[in-house]
Amino acid sequence: MENLEGIIRDHQFLKGLDQNTISLVAGCAANVRFDPNQLLFREGEEANAFYIIRQGKIAVEVYGAERGPIIIDTLGEGDILGWSWLIPPFHWHFDARAVDLTRAIALDGRCLRTKCESDHNLGYELLKRFAQVMEDRLQATRIRLLDLYAVKS
Amino acid sequence: MVILERSHLQQFLSAIQKRSYRIIGPTQRGTAIVLDEISSADDLPAGWGDEQRPASYRLRRNDDKRLFGHAAGPESWKKFLFPPSLNLFSGRRAGKSFEVISPQNGRNTGAADEKIVPLAFFGMRACDLQALRIHDAVFMNCAYPDPYYRSRRERLLIVAVTCSSAGGTCFCDSMGSGPAAGEGYDLALTEILRGDEHYFLVETGSPRGAEILKGVPVKAAGKAEEEEKNRLVQGVRKSMGRSLDTRGLREMLDLCFEDSQWDDVAKRCLACANCTMVCPTCFCSTVEDVTDLTGAQAERVRKWDSCFTQEFTYIHGGSVRPSIRSRYRQWLTHKLAHWVDQFGTSGCVGCGRCITWCPAGIDITEEAGVLRRHAALDPRYRKETEPHGKP
Amino acid sequence: MLSNPDLRTVVPHDLPPMLPQIYQVQRVIRETHDTFTLELLPSTRSHHFPFAPGQFNMLYIFGVGEVPISISGDPSKSKLLVHTTRAVGSVTNAMYRLKKGDTIGIRGPYGSSWPIGKAIGNDVVLVAGGIGLAPLRPAVYQLLSRREKFGKIVILYGTRTPADILYRRELEQWRSRFDLEVYITVDRAMSGWRGSVGVVTMLIPKAPFDPSTATALVCGPEIMMRYAVTELQKRGVKTEDIYVSLERNMKCGIGLCGHCQYGPVFICRDGAVFSYSDIKHLFPRREL
Repeated sequence: MENLEGIIRDHQFLKGLDQNTISLVAGCAANVRFDPNQLLFREGEEANAFYIIRQGKIAVEVYGAERGPIIIDTLGEGDILGWSWLIPPFHWHFDARAVDLTRAIALDGRCLRTKCESDHNLGYELLKRFAQVMEDRLQATRIRLLDLYAVKS
Repeated sequence: MVILERSHLQQFLSAIQKRSYRIIGPTQRGTAIVLDEISSADDLPAGWGDEQRPASYRLRRNDDKRLFGHAAGPESWKKFLFPPSLNLFSGRRAGKSFEVISPQNGRNTGAADEKIVPLAFFGMRACDLQALRIHDAVFMNCAYPDPYYRSRRERLLIVAVTCSSAGGTCFCDSMGSGPAAGEGYDLALTEILRGDEHYFLVETGSPRGAEILKGVPVKAAGKAEEEEKNRLVQGVRKSMGRSLDTRGLREMLDLCFEDSQWDDVAKRCLACANCTMVCPTCFCSTVEDVTDLTGAQAERVRKWDSCFTQEFTYIHGGSVRPSIRSRYRQWLTHKLAHWVDQFGTSGCVGCGRCITWCPAGIDITEEAGVLRRHAALDPRYRKETEPHGKP
Repeated sequence: MLSNPDLRTVVPHDLPPMLPQIYQVQRVIRETHDTFTLELLPSTRSHHFPFAPGQFNMLYIFGVGEVPISISGDPSKSKLLVHTTRAVGSVTNAMYRLKKGDTIGIRGPYGSSWPIGKAIGNDVVLVAGGIGLAPLRPAVYQLLSRREKFGKIVILYGTRTPADILYRRELEQWRSRFDLEVYITVDRAMSGWRGSVGVVTMLIPKAPFDPSTATALVCGPEIMMRYAVTELQKRGVKTEDIYVSLERNMKCGIGLCGHCQYGPVFICRDGAVFSYSDIKHLFPRREL
């Protein structure tokens, strides 16, 4: 537990939190590990965690009946996976699959939601950080919408 | 400075011809003064003048017999060194390969043709002489000089003429290019006509010019004649049809990149490209590659092009300047601002042709004036434009 | 205006500027469904053809026309001329149909070059989008030929799908080197793709180079370059250490035809490689 708290304190994503808040977050954290090709979660399932990826690579996928799994994003060391745990009705919108052996810290969504409701400071600090993650993803999505490298017609 | 009597002008022209120059000069044709071959002094447009306004050009009879009593006509001298259409090379299929044949000497060397008939530009105005110097910078003083231009330019004889009256759209005084030729000529004439006296003051600008004057009957001019010329030039300066404030022009136009005046002018501009065709400094060109029906012969032809066409900036996918707003802006800012960055001088010589020959009567001096008024409202304006003088 | 000596490493040649030299096609390599590489040798005289990475040639197809294309071969093998392009117009489509033994006209090389010399002693990061990898390849060759002179060398390459990856085999070779980092990302991929998915700019924040001293060479579609420059600056790369290669309509390649004007500069004469600090005031301007 001590070790986990240290990692959380030093991580870019949670940097700047006070000791009390860090302890609150650490109370919901667990070390996890995924083998190559292992599913972390599936579209439609209840979203009850987010992941701080420490090592490896995760593909975010969507499955099409006639096309099979299509990768829409990849995440690696230092990235944050998952925000559906934060937004009702708390269901995953995509599949997530480990591409390589991946180690991460999983943060229990239900646990955090309860703590956020009773401690709005924690809620605000987390929301600020997730807003940044969402902004980055939205920007990247918008640029990809341009289909930059395609032949213009 | 020497005096050449009007009655001896033919001898002067003959002296040029004797040195195997083909003389090009102004001559009246139909309803305009054009530039064409001059075989004798009789070809010069004696007694002709013109009235020029935005979108209007009319020849008129002057009340005297001056040979150079007109202003710049629709043509500029650029067509002789930078032809509107020029074969760059011909190609011939040879088995699986092909040959490239230079039109200049039949061999693929690009060396200058030795058989070029040298040209003499006779009666070139100061604005057009400045335009020529500008083209020298574009076509010759660069990493890859244009061989056609260079081979003709190096042999060129220039006989300049001081303007004795300003046209209605002239503003060479603002651009610092006229009305008297300052340098770059072999010989410069100033036409004086007072009562029965009709003569030319001749100034020599090069050894080549001095050599031509040998054997031509001239007499020495004195202080009085020099003053006569100065008076004439001062008079022309005062009667300029237009003026353009060139102080800090580059910085001023830089502030105007998104100005509403571009929208205003876009409503009037037809993107007809007339201004670029008559402009003595516009140098844009395109190439056309053509083959005969069998595909065995090919040609590459260079043609005048204009930044006013939609295709001008086409890269796969579309034009970079689809709107007339941006194309007019390109033309004006290139001429008055970016030219300085590219070649060290303004690209405008104040000849007024673009104003006269614009079917919509768009006036570059007026547009620049409006832009300056708009720019003056910008807090950065004063700071950036005041310290600079003429570009 | 822009006579940046870092970008001028080859002196102008004295070949006739208007006349193409005849070259013979040695090999045509199909790179992807719409891109291909031509390997050319001079058909008659074996004249030396020095070029610097980033420079371009005007390629002429008999009777069809001429287009500017960056050189994508190895500068140390200057006899063999290599061009990679995409079949998009009448001239490049005619090129796509060329076979070994066919001939093509060449004028060049023209334009500025990537500032390899200036990067000596420091890290180099190359950011390529789509066909933009082709003009950067000569820079990679030159960097690798003097590998010991540079710090880290990182290639960040983004393209549409895994099937659109240029120089696939070469990228694999480069990736297996210990002295070169290669990261590839695609806009979309099917499951099984082991690389990244996402825009190329996304690779910049985490790429292993020292932003305070690195030189960045950026080539790709203009919008991509804009975002790439922003990310590089965010990462801490100095504006004067960022270089981009621009594209405009060119008819002559030598500053005479006026077509490629970009405000005060001619892309052919002053570029196509520019120091970003020299043109940053022009970059946001529309319809310039």
